Amino acid sequence: MNIYVLMKRTFDTEEKIVISNGRIEEEGAEFIINPYDEYAIEEAIQLRDEHGGEVTVVTIGSEDAEKQLRTALAMGADKAVLINTEDDVEESDQFTTVKILEAFFDDKEYDLILAGNVAIDQASGQIGPRLAEKLNIPYVTTITNLKIDGDTAHIERDVEGDVEKLDASLPLLVTCQQGLNEPRYPSLPGIMKAKKKPLEELELDDLDLDEDDVEPKTKTIEVFLPPAKEAGKVLEGEIDDQVKELVSLLRNESKVI
Amino acid sequence: MSETKDKVFKGGAFLVEDLTAEDIITPEDFTDEHLMIAKTTEDYVEGEVVPKLEQLENHEFDISVELLKQAGELGLLGADVPEEYGGLGLDKISSSLITEKMSRAGGFSISHGAHVGIGSLPIVFFGNEEQKKKYLPKLATGELLAAYALTEPGSGSDALGAKTTAKLNEAGTHYILNGEKQWITNSAFADVFVVYAKIDGEQFTAFIVEREYPGVSTGPEEKKMGIKSSSTRTLILEDAEVPVENVLGEIGRGHVIAFNILNVGRYKLAIGGVGGSKRALEVAVKYANQRKQFKTPISGFALTQEKLAKMATDIYANESAVYRTVGLFEQRLGGLSQEELNNGSEVANGIAEYAIECSMNKYTATELLDYVVDEAVQIHGGYGFMQEYEVERAYRDSRINRIFEGTNEINRLIVPGTLIKKAMKGELPLFQKAMALQEELMMMMPEQVGDETLEQEKYLLKNAKKIGLLAAGLAAQKFGQKLEKEQEILVNIADMAAEIYNMESAILRTEKAINKTGEEKNKQKLLYTQVYVQEAFNRIEADAKETLIASETGDTLRMMLGALRKLTRHDPINVIAKKREIAATIIEEEKYVV
Repeated sequence: MNIYVLMKRTFDTEEKIVISNGRIEEEGAEFIINPYDEYAIEEAIQLRDEHGGEVTVVTIGSEDAEKQLRTALAMGADKAVLINTEDDVEESDQFTTVKILEAFFDDKEYDLILAGNVAIDQASGQIGPRLAEKLNIPYVTTITNLKIDGDTAHIERDVEGDVEKLDASLPLLVTCQQGLNEPRYPSLPGIMKAKKKPLEELELDDLDLDEDDVEPKTKTIEVFLPPAKEAGKVLEGEIDDQVKELVSLLRNESKVI
Repeated sequence: MSETKDKVFKGGAFLVEDLTAEDIITPEDFTDEHLMIAKTTEDYVEGEVVPKLEQLENHEFDISVELLKQAGELGLLGADVPEEYGGLGLDKISSSLITEKMSRAGGFSISHGAHVGIGSLPIVFFGNEEQKKKYLPKLATGELLAAYALTEPGSGSDALGAKTTAKLNEAGTHYILNGEKQWITNSAFADVFVVYAKIDGEQFTAFIVEREYPGVSTGPEEKKMGIKSSSTRTLILEDAEVPVENVLGEIGRGHVIAFNILNVGRYKLAIGGVGGSKRALEVAVKYANQRKQFKTPISGFALTQEKLAKMATDIYANESAVYRTVGLFEQRLGGLSQEELNNGSEVANGIAEYAIECSMNKYTATELLDYVVDEAVQIHGGYGFMQEYEVERAYRDSRINRIFEGTNEINRLIVPGTLIKKAMKGELPLFQKAMALQEELMMMMPEQVGDETLEQEKYLLKNAKKIGLLAAGLAAQKFGQKLEKEQEILVNIADMAAEIYNMESAILRTEKAINKTGEEKNKQKLLYTQVYVQEAFNRIEADAKETLIASETGDTLRMMLGALRKLTRHDPINVIAKKREIAATIIEEEKYVV
């Protein structure tokens, strides 16, 4: 099986977000593989071990993303591709990403493409579905179980806490939800082997794309942090009065009822 | 894996040589693979061990065994075992990073450390081909777990005073061992013990003893102050039958193994001390940010800041020093051929060369840990005294580090003892340096110190080395052979040596980082270095003064004190202001950062 995984390098979940000049400050921050993409990588490795074939992990970004690709290789992926857009792309959105990936997959043969359900940074959840549309293949989002049987994928997906079971035909794109598997730690032998595995670097040119082709369709107007949490209020007095005050506060001040 | 440098320094050479930044290996030299290995260890500890710590603390050792086997699957037991014998044969930086990241797991890190370190390494270094083939592949995966049995009820630091005996049976097939080994880590579940016994009551020899051999048993679990999640029992040998092929190393040469392994144990404890200190600081600063008194987070108070800054500063110096020692091993081992590397005793000799550095790292980093956990509890106030809080356990777990692998007192005595031996053998030109210094002092003029980055620190370091030499030289001259009995002075010398090593390690590390990425990116490192060097210099001055006064009287003493004054003349920096700057970053980042 030819398996591809779409991976994104994201902020570590424990990083504090700092905004300066309308942008999220990246200086000194720790980066990780998007946790949902880790499920995708793990699933890909397990499927490869079961059915044979090859796992290729693809990311778009700068040279810094090489570290996350090496981690994926250390987990057990066979190949990695970095589409380096550092010099060509200044602003990007989901359109940009999908356009690049579409071009990348143009000459590829694939049975299965796995991606995270969302990236924990911008959380659009669009890349997987939009790419599948462009490639004209079926897709299933938020999967929690996957069995491949010939050309058919038996899938369970998370639907707001319920489970939906469905079958789909290959080639297929799926996006992975928590619960699908338990991603492994890269083992030390894996880490040492990862050094020697192929990591291909591409630029827009290599995909026959111009900067204009990938110009974003959306524009970010403003980036801001949620308002700081304020101290709570303790109501006092008779219980009846407290209830009345609470209702009035909910209605007039926070306007939630 | 790391960039190893061409120069190989002798153990103790730091006292007489002037090094440049490029001569030492620093954490900034770690490769991506090193960092990935560290991350895997960290994630394993955080994800697998920490959730089970409470059960481990309650002596559910079947979980320890499971966790160790899981660590084996990840390769976390095989770093120091050569590839040929089923290990990974990684460099010492990799295995050190594993040790550092394991330390978060408290007592479990002791189980891990005993297995990979003192348990497995005697076989790696001193086992013969058959022994290595038989045991190492299984030790590297965790199929077999190891323990080390040296201490006895009547012999701790005096290891050669062991009473356990071995006697060849009549058939000549087995040694019959009798005796008790005390406080044996991993004894509840270890399959293999490295045991020391005296053949015919005389020849101190190491044996590989399997748990399943007739006559081998363990006593009840000890009730300890800390590291409760590690198993500690007595190993009882009652006519234990050990096949003759399980003699480890040469008969009568057990002490060679014992002392080499102690060196390894020591630097590993030092690394664990640094790792544990980083964690305690992180816990403390997070708490200080969240805990409010007088409507202010307590991290807003200058006194809390002072504590956090000092903790971080001392961690920096110790971290620089222990990884410098690891780098020394790497530089030295990097010069060995594959064949020599496979001959473990060559590797052990490489490590033994740095016995002084291992000992210094051991006592400074374990005292760092004790200091940091103590302040971490203090920052927690009453909550730090409660068992629900991690610092309470960290505090108890820390204490043993100053005791095992040679008490810190023994380790301190080793430093001047070894230095003098090396000087006598002509390996280190200490006497020549001391003579030259005396002449220099006669005509010494005060020096102008410029305000270039690190210039003052380098000046203080240069003078600290002279002060150490002055004090030690005088004491050696005065007491001669009897210096051995002046343990207080010996300890002063050991402390000065360790301070010098830490100072120099911090300075060179900071300089190397600045050379590489500029001063702007290394502000915190520079602050740590400035504060550490100033404070260490003050301590060295006090130690030297006490030593001079205990060694001389009258006019000679006055002259010596005058020389000391010349050497200590400098414009001190404002450490209070620098510490506030250091603390601001720690409080912002909520962990130790460089």
